[in-house]
Amino acid sequence: MIPTEHVLEMKNIRKEFPGVIALKDVDLKLLHGEVHALCGENGAGKSTLMKILSGAQSATSGEMYVEGELVNFSNTKDAENKGIAMIYQEFNLIRELSVAENVYLGRLPKKGITIDWKKLYSDVDILMKRLNLNINPRTPVSALSVAEAQMIEIAKTLTMGAKVIIMDEPTAALSDDEAKTLFSIIEDLKSHSITVVYISHRMDEIFEISDRITVLRNGSYIATKNVEDTNYDDIVSLMIGRSVEDLYPERNYIRQEKIFEVNNLSGDSVNNISFSLYKGEILGIVGLLGSGNFELTKLMYGSKKLDSGEIYLEDKLVEINSPSDALKNGIGLITEDRKNDGLVLGRNVQENISLASLNNISHNKIISKSKETKIVNDQVQKLNIKVFDPSKQMVGNLSGGNQQKVLFAKVLETNPTVCIMNEPTRGVDVGAKAEIYSLIDKLTENNKSIILVSSEIEEVLGLSDRIIVMKDGKVVLERLANETNQEEILAYASGGVMDE
Amino acid sequence: MNNNKTNKFLFKLINEYRSLLILLIMIIVASFLSSNFMSTNNLFNVLRQISIFGVVSAGMTFVILTGGIDLSVGSIVGLSGVISASVMTATGSFFMSLVSGLLVGVVCGFINGYVISSIRIPAFITTLGMMTLLRGIILVFTKGSPISAREENFQFIGKGDIFGIPLPVLVLILCFIVGYFILHHTTFGREVYALGGNREATRLSGIKVVRAEWIVYTISGLTSALAGVMLAARLGSAQATAGSGIEMDAIAAVIIGGTSLSGGSGFILPTVVGAIILGLIDNLLTLMNVNPHATQIVKGVVILAAVILDKKVNDWAKKIG
Repeated sequence: MIPTEHVLEMKNIRKEFPGVIALKDVDLKLLHGEVHALCGENGAGKSTLMKILSGAQSATSGEMYVEGELVNFSNTKDAENKGIAMIYQEFNLIRELSVAENVYLGRLPKKGITIDWKKLYSDVDILMKRLNLNINPRTPVSALSVAEAQMIEIAKTLTMGAKVIIMDEPTAALSDDEAKTLFSIIEDLKSHSITVVYISHRMDEIFEISDRITVLRNGSYIATKNVEDTNYDDIVSLMIGRSVEDLYPERNYIRQEKIFEVNNLSGDSVNNISFSLYKGEILGIVGLLGSGNFELTKLMYGSKKLDSGEIYLEDKLVEINSPSDALKNGIGLITEDRKNDGLVLGRNVQENISLASLNNISHNKIISKSKETKIVNDQVQKLNIKVFDPSKQMVGNLSGGNQQKVLFAKVLETNPTVCIMNEPTRGVDVGAKAEIYSLIDKLTENNKSIILVSSEIEEVLGLSDRIIVMKDGKVVLERLANETNQEEILAYASGGVMDE
Repeated sequence: MNNNKTNKFLFKLINEYRSLLILLIMIIVASFLSSNFMSTNNLFNVLRQISIFGVVSAGMTFVILTGGIDLSVGSIVGLSGVISASVMTATGSFFMSLVSGLLVGVVCGFINGYVISSIRIPAFITTLGMMTLLRGIILVFTKGSPISAREENFQFIGKGDIFGIPLPVLVLILCFIVGYFILHHTTFGREVYALGGNREATRLSGIKVVRAEWIVYTISGLTSALAGVMLAARLGSAQATAGSGIEMDAIAAVIIGGTSLSGGSGFILPTVVGAIILGLIDNLLTLMNVNPHATQIVKGVVILAAVILDKKVNDWAKKIG
């Protein structure tokens, strides 16, 4: 029944925007029933290519074939009719309607002029069973978790007869367990000969689920590899165009005097936590979703209320009830979600960098523009932020990596003794990651102490001197980074007991 | 490539000076339509007419920049007029009358700010409640009849001239100069913009957002009170209905000036341009003997046109990058 080898072929796809060539003659060939990962740094052209494939944008030149037939999409409806559907990061579900209504939105089964509810619910029920989902079709979407909503999106594309489903960072908002469910559904899709195009920043996922990987760089097609024939370093060097030496800086930390200490900290989901931090040290705090690691940082920074416990800075008890208290005492925080709580995207780079240090650039509350320009230019230079005029360019228009550097600049300008970093490299490409790692390393040479919290265990292992593992709001393991490994950390973080 | 450059220049012009452009076009059209229009007398007349709601719109700009709204300004105008006129008649002291009038605005603005920033009730609802509450207080206090205050020194701030320039116009100019200075040269100004752009990021940057927010509503209360005293002084009496509907003119001036209702972006000086545009519409239609009821239609069209233009320019900005 399969007429061609490839379910989809894109040939010589070129996309030009005014002044920019986003894609230069890119080829992509998808096999029936494969999981095909698309890799590349931010700006490599992944999203543009997928927008062309899903009909959201049209190519400047090039051809597309679906099962051998030349196609031309002028909108997403055209693409859906040919069996190509995209699952967006932001879902297109209507929260107030039921699961079943959402799945068949705009195509509800009719009996005369009224809706055939019985057929609707039974059809969707069958679909849910097929996908092994324990969801009642009558449940309103607002009652679902993010992961479940995503499954409903997938179910919806199946009812439209999708042959190719494009998933853009599908696990970004999922917990590890939820991601596992998603992967098993992807396996199921494969067995029904449905092709999945998978875009993710997380390499471990890509190697776990995909069959083939296509790499793009600067809008050009680089290579397509079978997963068995390649490895992590290979793909990353294809992505950045040079070999990855060590992504992580070499650390030889020798313990100095104690700089920071928390004692029996409790509040939110954090339960009685104590630890110390030493001058120039990078302390990694790891935990799965819900372990309380991010909440702990919020308690230390004063953005959430402490129930009990003490915080000592250089052996002095400090009272931290608000972020401004924390900053005054020399505690800085890089927040984990720069778009929502890190940056003011609609304002320029300059105002964002100086925002937490307004007192340093003002006298009697009146801002000195020359002082401000100076500190901002210094930071832009030091962090290598790519911006042509910090006082004109809006932060929202920068790339992810540059936005993250602006966030770093804002916090570092407050000159914190202790800098807490939540997900310091979330959503930035590999090149910017390496830069941020070396920046963090340099900070410790200048006697700053770092608390690093990340959901990427590999990152914490690669960068930290010492690691604390949290579970259910408590510390379950403390180790020097060179005396532990990923398996041990995961075992403690997930509560599994180690075989001795 | 050259075409691209002209495009960018044109875009910059329209993006940054759009309200000024509209004003310019209006003035040119108006001077053709009516020969009286360009007389100094007439232009001062326009400025005098807009000075009351113009002062209110200066404070309103602060509020809207934080992403809020203040519907209670009209009632504050009314109440501060009533209080200052009564104090004037009772004590005979202009100073006492001015201070008590302004104090009314500060207190009302402070309460708005407290409810909005500390109790976290949406600004729309809070100030709607305040608007109704204050108008009720005015009606109970005045029993519906005007309170007259015809003392010369009191009336001076509504009717007087300095070097031939009407005093309310000077107050208007002063308000905008001070407003500009605060927004663009002080740390508080930065806090206002940042707060409107992203409240949580601003809080996590160590800025006391609750305090900043209540100061903003207090400023709006203060400018409204100033307008209220000037209005009562100009009329020589405080009417129970004085100031009603002024919130709409003030908000319209801010929006025509290009400030985004969602907060975080905009400027204060274009607000005064927006106010002048609204004033010119009134003036021009009067000069042309158009049915006064029809001015509402024209104003409505201009407001809608301003908002549509705003959206088009923003879409254009996204395209050009």
